[in-house]
Amino acid sequence: MLGTFEYFVDQTINGLTLGSIYALIAIGYTLVYGIIGMINFAHGEIFMIGAFHALIAFLVLGLIGITWIPLAILIVLIATMVLTSIYGWTLERVAYRPLRGSPRLAALITAIGMSIFLQNYVQLLQGARNKPMQQLFSGGIELMREGDYVVTLSYLQIFIFLLTITLMTVLTLIIHRTSLGRSQRACEQDRGMAALLGVNVDRTISLTFVMGAALAAVAGLIFLMNYGVIDFYIGFLAGIKAFTAAVLGGIGSVPGAMLGGFLIGLIEAYWSGYFTVEYKDVAAFSILVLVLIFRPTGLLGSPDIEKV
Amino acid sequence: MMLEVTGVETFYGNIQALRGVDVAIQQGEIVTLIGANGAGKSTLLMTICGDPRAARGRISFEGRDITRLPTYEIVRLGIAQSPEGRRIFPRMTVLENLQIGSTVASEDHFDEGVARVFKLFPLLQERRNQRGGTLSGGEQQMLAIARALMSRPRLLLLDEPSLGLAPRLVSQIFDVIKEINESEGVTIFLVEQNAYHALRLAHRAYVMANGNILMSGTGQELLNNDEIRAAYLEGGARKTDVGQAGDA
Ligand SMILES: Nc1ncnc2c1ncn2[C@@H]1O[C@H](COP(=O)(O)OP(=O)(O)OP(=O)(O)O)[C@@H](O)[C@H]1O
Ligand SMILES: [Mg+2]
Repeated sequence: MLGTFEYFVDQTINGLTLGSIYALIAIGYTLVYGIIGMINFAHGEIFMIGAFHALIAFLVLGLIGITWIPLAILIVLIATMVLTSIYGWTLERVAYRPLRGSPRLAALITAIGMSIFLQNYVQLLQGARNKPMQQLFSGGIELMREGDYVVTLSYLQIFIFLLTITLMTVLTLIIHRTSLGRSQRACEQDRGMAALLGVNVDRTISLTFVMGAALAAVAGLIFLMNYGVIDFYIGFLAGIKAFTAAVLGGIGSVPGAMLGGFLIGLIEAYWSGYFTVEYKDVAAFSILVLVLIFRPTGLLGSPDIEKV
Repeated sequence: MMLEVTGVETFYGNIQALRGVDVAIQQGEIVTLIGANGAGKSTLLMTICGDPRAARGRISFEGRDITRLPTYEIVRLGIAQSPEGRRIFPRMTVLENLQIGSTVASEDHFDEGVARVFKLFPLLQERRNQRGGTLSGGEQQMLAIARALMSRPRLLLLDEPSLGLAPRLVSQIFDVIKEINESEGVTIFLVEQNAYHALRLAHRAYVMANGNILMSGTGQELLNNDEIRAAYLEGGARKTDVGQAGDA
């Protein structure tokens, strides 16, 4: 079984599912790094808060009797993205904006502080116990079978992939085709010059945090639906992995974050599938170290080609 | 007065770059600012746009106090700048640079605006899909001016538009400046090292040294002024501090 192609496909599907979560979170790290050059260490917590919003939204919908699953998921998706974006927006407004222009270390320490604060905030409000949620849909498509071993692509996984790919497409279009995206790229390349041309830099940065938080919220929703259980601590490890993914892909590069997210997901799935569940976290980090030795800018990142 | 700068002082940390500058520009004028390296010319242009902000003094534009307005609001009122060093967005195409330039203009007029700057700088049209960072210095300079024009400013601030250009390009740039001013009525505040050209073009001029305005007059008056000639116009002496020339 272990050596079969079927097993490999199965692990790949698992890896891509996990990778969807990492990629959606990693985009937030990379967007924020691109535009203000800081690592938003509280971003993992935004993902965790997104998962809680999704859980609460499902519970509320259950209480008021909206049980038709497609509608429920749509409402939860939108509510989670909106509510979590408010956290992302507030985080920037309250904690980071006052420090813009001060030494990087100050921003870094603040970000770590915000991360701890948000964890404790959720722990206080929601308690430290695991929060389970029942599975919403089961079943799937049988892809292949080898004796007793059946590889299925579950409906949930199909939903996750479609959702992730749709969001990535929309994001890419926003960045390349809209005036908001243009303003973001301009701020990333020369913030002062963007302002000198009439770009509202503060607003652009706020919207960047909002976009990152909205995507992390979706990752939280996916996490909740896929694992069925969350707690206030899930943002820590997922955040670090997603950050690793962003660096692996080349921090600052959005396609890099997507690629890095899926790669980290796959590495983890293959490692647990073929070796051992233990050390799967170390595996991802080791690959990162190796890549950085040979490509310090990450897979898709490039040193700035600036001609003065 | 279209632009009035009164008693403006600007600091970079502890370093004072402007020490009480007074400048006034009328609608429709071309006004030139000359001065030695480090005199504070670029700082003055940037301070008008609120980056860095004036620590003291007042700047008003068309009767409105803009001293404390955010930079993007100042641009919205009709001031555009082609800053020192051009600052083209290197990883954006020529067309995208122009699009950012038109941020405060209405979208409906974008095509019209692009057609207008391509007419002024036909070379940019050929390069429209090339990345800003791969343009030559001269092309970047044209793009910087074109980009500033995209917001349809009533006041255009130009910081050394002829820097590093071949002589033929220099006169081409000066022709364009003149054309923008005469046929479109854009008021121009021009910082130039190329003092001879600039003074001939300008209606009026200011001379700056050590963060102060030292002298002002019509372009012709300054061209005929001995101190100015000694300091800025005769053979390579333009880097001499005009304050020392005045003491002599
Ligand atoms: N970002 C900065 N930080 C600290 N000091 C600065 C900064 N920018 C300019 N200065 C200082 O302010 C003074 C005025 O500089 P500014 O660039 O305005 O001069 P300038 O007249 O434009 O000179 P140039 O002809 O060389 O362009 C200089 O002494 C300069 O060293
Ligand atoms: Mg200068």
